[in-house]
Amino acid sequence: MSRELRLMKGNEAIAEAAIRAGADAYFGYPITPQSEVLEYLMTEKPEGRTGMVVLQAESELGAINMVFGAASVGKRVMTSSSSPGISLFQEGLSYISGAELPCLIVNVVRGGPGLGTIQPSQADYFQATKGGGHGDYHLLVLAPASVQEMCDFVPLGFQLAFRYRNPVMILTDGLIGQMMEKVELFDQQPRATEFDQSWVATGKTADRQRNVITSLDLDPAHMEKHNHDLIEKYRKMQAEVRCEEFLTADAEYLLVAYGSSARVCQKTVQLAREKGLKVGLLRPITLYPYPSKVLNDLAGQVKGMLSVEMNAGQMVEDVRLSVNGKVPVEHFGRLGGMVHSPNEVLAALEQKIVNR
Amino acid sequence: MDVRDIIKEENLVYRKSPLLLDKVFSYCPGCGHGTVHRLIMEVIEELGIQSETIGVAPVGCSVLAYEFINVDFLQAPHGRAPAVATGVKRVLPDKYVFTYQGDGDLAAIGTSETIHACNRGEHITIIFINNGIYGMTGGQMAPTTLPGMVSSTSPYGRNVESMGNPIRITELVAQLPGTYYVTRQAVHKPANVRRAKKAILKAFENQKLKRGLSFVEIVSNCNSGWKMTPVQANKWLEENMLAYYPLGDIKVDGELVKK
Repeated sequence: MSRELRLMKGNEAIAEAAIRAGADAYFGYPITPQSEVLEYLMTEKPEGRTGMVVLQAESELGAINMVFGAASVGKRVMTSSSSPGISLFQEGLSYISGAELPCLIVNVVRGGPGLGTIQPSQADYFQATKGGGHGDYHLLVLAPASVQEMCDFVPLGFQLAFRYRNPVMILTDGLIGQMMEKVELFDQQPRATEFDQSWVATGKTADRQRNVITSLDLDPAHMEKHNHDLIEKYRKMQAEVRCEEFLTADAEYLLVAYGSSARVCQKTVQLAREKGLKVGLLRPITLYPYPSKVLNDLAGQVKGMLSVEMNAGQMVEDVRLSVNGKVPVEHFGRLGGMVHSPNEVLAALEQKIVNR
Repeated sequence: MDVRDIIKEENLVYRKSPLLLDKVFSYCPGCGHGTVHRLIMEVIEELGIQSETIGVAPVGCSVLAYEFINVDFLQAPHGRAPAVATGVKRVLPDKYVFTYQGDGDLAAIGTSETIHACNRGEHITIIFINNGIYGMTGGQMAPTTLPGMVSSTSPYGRNVESMGNPIRITELVAQLPGTYYVTRQAVHKPANVRRAKKAILKAFENQKLKRGLSFVEIVSNCNSGWKMTPVQANKWLEENMLAYYPLGDIKVDGELVKK
C-alpha cells in the first residue's frame, strides 16, 4: 500500500501528524519559529476531520495547564512552543511530571538566553533533558533530524507518553521546523487510546474510589516514596534508548550530534573519509534516556570524540559521563542562531581531537 | 417516646451529604471553607451529578480540598485552575467542571487565566473564596486586602499609595461578554448560607445551558490570618469586607443587574 507523499515544513508535518495520530486536543500559543503548528491546525479544522480540539491559549502558562487538564482525563493532548515559551511551560511540566500525566510537548528551539534570536539553536538541551522545572523529574526526549522524523515521532511520542504516564518532548529546532522536505504521511489512526484508564479523573462512578490528580504530598515519607517510584520509572525508560550509527564500524574518530547538527555531521563524515580520516557519527535519537552504553562501547574503539552541538557545550557533559575518561571528548558548535558548516566541523575535529 | 422513635427518616431535618468524606477538615474552626465545601457537595448530590463532576483546586488553604470531598479532583498549579478546567471542559464538554480558588490565587497570580477563561466564556463554574488575605502561607497581604488592613506583609496596614487598591475582580469579570452569571455571596450567617447555596446551584445548573461561565464569589473570613476569634471575624467581615465587597447578583442570565 503506497502512503501519501507531501512536501512539507517540519512544523506542518508535526501538526498533520498530530491529527493523524488521533490526538484529542492541541493547546498552543504563537511564537517564532513554531507558529505554523497552530496555524496549520487552525486551517485544517481537525474538529471536522477527527473531532480533535484546537484552542489558542492566552499564554504558554495557559496552554500547558490546558494540557494538564486534558491529560488528567486521559486524553491524547499536545502543545508546542519555542525556547522562551518552553521556559514558561516549565512550571506546568514539573506539575505534570509529578502527577504522572501523559502528554506530548514540542520545542522548536531558537537561540537564547532571553529573547535571544529566532534562528535555530540547540541551547535547550539542558532544559529538556535534566528536568527543566523544579524538583527531581525527567521528560522522555526525542530528537528528530528530518521532517520525516518530525512526523513519525508524534505517534511514537504519544505511545511512549502513555506507556510511562510521563510527558514526552520532541526537541527539534528552527532549522528542521522551517525546512521543507519530502514526507511520507502515515494513515489516519483512531482517536481512541488503549491504556489503563483506572487513574483518569472523568467523574467518580459508583464502582470506584474518587481519582485525584495531584503532585502534592505533605507527608515527607510518602513524598520520598513517590520520588523513588519516579526514579524507578525513569530506570525502566532506559529500555527506550534509540540512536543511529553512521559509518562507525571502522571509525577511529567519532562525532556525536543530534537533530540538525547530526545532518551537518553526516556530510563531515563523508568529507573526512575523502581525506582518509576514518570518522563515524553517533546520532542520539532519544536524549533522555541517553545512549550511554553505545557511546561507552564505542569509546573502546575510537581515539577521541567530538560532541557537535549548536550551543556552548551541553550534551558534551553526557558524552563525557558515558565515556568516563576512556578517550578525549571535546565540544564544537556555533552559537546564537549560527549553524556550523561540514568543513568547520571537520576543521574542529582535526584541531581538537586528531592533532591534539 | 424514646430516642428510637425520634430517629426516623420522616423526622430528619439535616444530614451530612454523603459526598462529604469523614476526614476532619484541616481548616481553622470558624473558617468559611468548610461551609462552602458542604454547599457544593449538597448541590452536586441534589443534582445527581457526582459521576459527571470534575473539580479543580490550585494552591491555597483549599489545596487539600480533595481530602474532604468525594468527587474526582485535580490539583492545579497556583493560579492556573481556570486553564486546567478549560482543558478538561474542552475535551469533555458534557461534564460539570468547577474550580475552587482563593483571592491570591484567582485575583493575583492567576489573573490572566481567570480573565481569559471568563472572556472565552468557558462553560464552567468558578467558586471564588475571598477572605482578603493569603491564609495558607500565614496571613500575607492579598490583592483583596482592604485599605489600612494589617497583614504580615503590610504590618502597618495596606498603604494604597504604595501597595495599590484592593481589586474587585468579580465586578471586572462581569463586564466580559463570556460570563453568564456573576454573583457575590457570603456564608457568615444562616440566611447568607441559604442564598449562597442557591447561587452555587444556579452556577452548576447553568453549565447545561452552555451559555458561558458562572462565577460565584463568597466573601469569607480568615479568623486566624486576621488574628481574631471566629465571632469577631464575622463581625469584622460584615462591617468592613461587605462595605467594600457588597453582596448580591452582578450579572444574571448574561445581563448586568441594574442597581
